[in-house]
Formats: sequence, C-alpha cells, structure tokens
Amino acid sequence: MNVVIVGTGHAACQLAASLRERKYEGDITLIGREPGPTYQKPLLSKGFLLGKVAEPNLVLKPAAFFEQKRIAVIEAEVTAIDRAAKQVAGLPYDHLVLATGAENRRLTVPGAGLDGVVMLRSQPEALALRARLAGTKRIVIVGAGFIGMEVAAVAAQLGLEVIVVEQGERALARAVSLPVSRYLLARHWAGGVRFHFGAALAGFEGEGSLRAVHLADGTVIPTTLALVAIGVVPNMALAAQVGLATGNGIEVDARLATTDRAIHAIGDAAGYPHPLYDNRRVRVESIQNAMDQARCLAQTLTGVPTVYAKLPWFWSDQWDIRLQIAGVGAPGDQAVLRGSPEEGRFSVFRLDAEGRLSAVESINQAGEHMAARALVARRPRLEPSQIRDPEFPLQQLAAA
Amino acid sequence: MPRVTYVSPDGEPTALDVEEGLSVMQGAIAAGLDGIVAECGGELVCATCHVYVETLAESLPPMGALEDELLEHVVAERRDNSRLSCQLVLGAEHEGLVVALPEAQV
Repeated sequence: MNVVIVGTGHAACQLAASLRERKYEGDITLIGREPGPTYQKPLLSKGFLLGKVAEPNLVLKPAAFFEQKRIAVIEAEVTAIDRAAKQVAGLPYDHLVLATGAENRRLTVPGAGLDGVVMLRSQPEALALRARLAGTKRIVIVGAGFIGMEVAAVAAQLGLEVIVVEQGERALARAVSLPVSRYLLARHWAGGVRFHFGAALAGFEGEGSLRAVHLADGTVIPTTLALVAIGVVPNMALAAQVGLATGNGIEVDARLATTDRAIHAIGDAAGYPHPLYDNRRVRVESIQNAMDQARCLAQTLTGVPTVYAKLPWFWSDQWDIRLQIAGVGAPGDQAVLRGSPEEGRFSVFRLDAEGRLSAVESINQAGEHMAARALVARRPRLEPSQIRDPEFPLQQLAAA
Repeated sequence: MPRVTYVSPDGEPTALDVEEGLSVMQGAIAAGLDGIVAECGGELVCATCHVYVETLAESLPPMGALEDELLEHVVAERRDNSRLSCQLVLGAEHEGLVVALPEAQV
C-alpha cells in the first residue's frame, strides 16, 4: 500500500500522523513546494509577528517525527498526475490525497509588483513583514479580513500608523455578524487604526519601490509599505488539469473523495457538502478543518469509511480581544446578542431562516464558547428571547 | 535543561530534555511526541494539550481562569491534577517533572 499526499501543511502532516497512529504500515510520501520543516500558520499573523513567539516554536512537526514514522518528504512542485497508471511525480499510489491548500488572492492594479507591496501567508513572508514593520512608520493594509485586521492590530501595537482600505462597507463582512464586526472596529479605532470603507484601490505609485497608495476616489496615501490581504484562492489548478471536478475548491463528496475514487482532497482546497448544514457545499479555511478532515480521511483509508461532519471552529486575536467562532453563519442570519459588549464579554448567536442556530461568535469568553460549540453542533431551534436571557441554561441544552 | 518524562496512556515513558522557557507542550511538539495534539499552537483555544501532572505540581505556574475554563471541556476525564501543557513553562526547578498523557485529546 502506498499513500502519496500533495502538500506539506497542517492537513498533510496530520493525515500522515493519523495514518501511522492507526497502524497504517504502507509507504507515506508528502510532496510539497515549500522547503524546510512545516510550521504553524495561525501564529504568523499574531504572536509571531508581534515578536511574542520565537521562530523555533513555529515548528509543527520536527524532522525526527518524519524519520521515526517513516514518512518521506519530497520538495517538488507537482504538475501532473497519471490517473490511469496511478502515478504522481514518478511514484505509484494506491491513494492520492490533494492537500494543496490555498494561496493569497493577488491584486492586478498598476504597481502591485513594487517593492514594499507585500502579502502574508508563509513563514518567509511573515519574517519579511516583521522586518519591514520594524523599519517604517506607516502601513496601508488593503482588506479588512482576518489577516488585515490581525496585522493592523499588531502594527498599531508596534507603534506604526495604520490605515486600512476596504472595498466593502464593514470589517470581516464575510465571516462575522454586524455586532462583532462593530465591536472589533471600535477597538481598532481606539488603538489609532484608521479605515477607508467602500474604497476601491486604483493602484500603487512608485518607481521600483512603493511611494503611495491611490484610491479610486482620488485619495492618495503616501506610504512605503502596503499589505495586500484580500483573501485566498484554493490551489486547485492541478486537480482541474487532470479532469477532477472543481468549483469552490476541489469538489469532494461526504467522505472527501474527488470524482476519482483513488484521489481525495482535504484542507483549505477542498469543497465538501456539510451534513450539519443541509449538505450545503462549503470550503473552510482553518486549522481545525484541515486537522479534522485529515483525521477523518485517515479512518477511511484504514478501512473505516467515515463521513466528515465536524463543526467548523476558528479564532482570531486582535489587541486584547479573543474572538472565537463556531459554525458557519450566512449573511441573512439573524444575529442575537447574549451578554454585554460594554463589559467586553459577549456572544452573538446566529439563527438561520428556520430559526436554527447556525453559528456562535464569542468575544473573550472561552469557557462559554466551548459549551456553545457543542450546542451549535446540534443545530437546535432557539427563540431569540431564550438566547438573550442570561438565566436560560444554554450549557444544559448543549449537554442534553 | 530540565528533563521531563511524558507517560503514554499505556504506561510507556518518554524522557525529554526541554529547554528552559519552553512549555511542556512545546517540548513534546518539538520532539514529535504522540499524545499531545496542541491544535492551536499554545494559544489557549483548543484544549488538546491536556496532561495529568504526576510530580512537582506545586512548582508549576498557577492555573489561570481561562485554562480552568478550558479544562472543563477536555475530551478525557478532568482530574485534580489536570493541566493544559501549553501553560506549563519550564524552568531549572522542573527537573524530574512527570506528566501522564490522557487517553484522548480530540
């Protein structure tokens, strides 16, 4: 038996680890295009950028781990798969797993290639950004998503002037409810971060290196450093090229198989039907999703076919705020507040059109959030009055 | 470097010399040890680096409110000596620390 995994990130490493934990005896090979040991991505835009987490502590799995577990790692870019012969990069496979991840969406405006226009996803990019933050007084951040907001908080705490340019009307519009978005925005404002909402980017000005950011309304913001943080796109070109179904990611079924039964896809690149959400197709960009899908697939590949049904969860650190999200909200969901934003500890419960709990977003309440996580996984119908009532025993409901 | 012994659920001990200033969790991850998942990387989010402290408990950093809350949600049984190993930052005084790993983290 022979499992080949394309990718060396969280999903790929966890799959290899889980296969060995489940006593899988065959060969395991990871093929990735990033050199060096794998590292923990969530810390890059948070503690690592702030200088609170040292480089050696980013390691996800050390070299010794791969040796002990007989997991081969090859640095290469995979550009073809011979599906008929079941071969990839010269290796035969019984099971091929695409854990190709996602990469930053690029801007195509004039000047996007200037020195000083940077992005953040990899460890080298984080190191480079950290060095640049130490050597300048202002940063313009394009995009008020998670990376943009986290870096804005870090840069402001490091003493930089921070200006965020966002096309949409509010921060984190795709990911969180309006009350949470507003709460985070207020904290950023208090910390000195300034925002341009509804602002289209016209281009970057400079000769060789960046001098200013131009907005479509004519605003010119002088700066030598700009971070482009406008989301990611799944790495699915390889899958599409060999004829596998792709859409919002590499399309897989409930057991994470692509349209070729010998090929599975997991992690940021995989779009799958979620049983907790009426089998709506989702693609989730998170560590939890990557690790849980890897564990699920390890079961399937070792003779226990398993449907992937884990509740997505996610966290973000901005300033002194810990945001946690469980579940998948939709833009049309009703947002019901529990707790008090004034006291800096509250949750937003999101109810779908049928009144079922779809997601919970929590600010600075880790314990209550863990209970809420268990509750969301049951997708119960709740009345807004029950959610608002601090006496209503949500924890018991989750345990029931 | 304090020597920390990690005892697997089936009783197998692994002794590791862990640099001072690192946590019990980081020592395990750096060595590729099974049994500590540390999904969030030590950020007090996931409660998947649960250990039972068998020795020197009183010398360890005191438990914070957040750790206490999260320990209510570990997968294995919470006992009196349960801790989240990402919070156990090591110093010279922890030479000989023994932690037992729970049956499950996720």
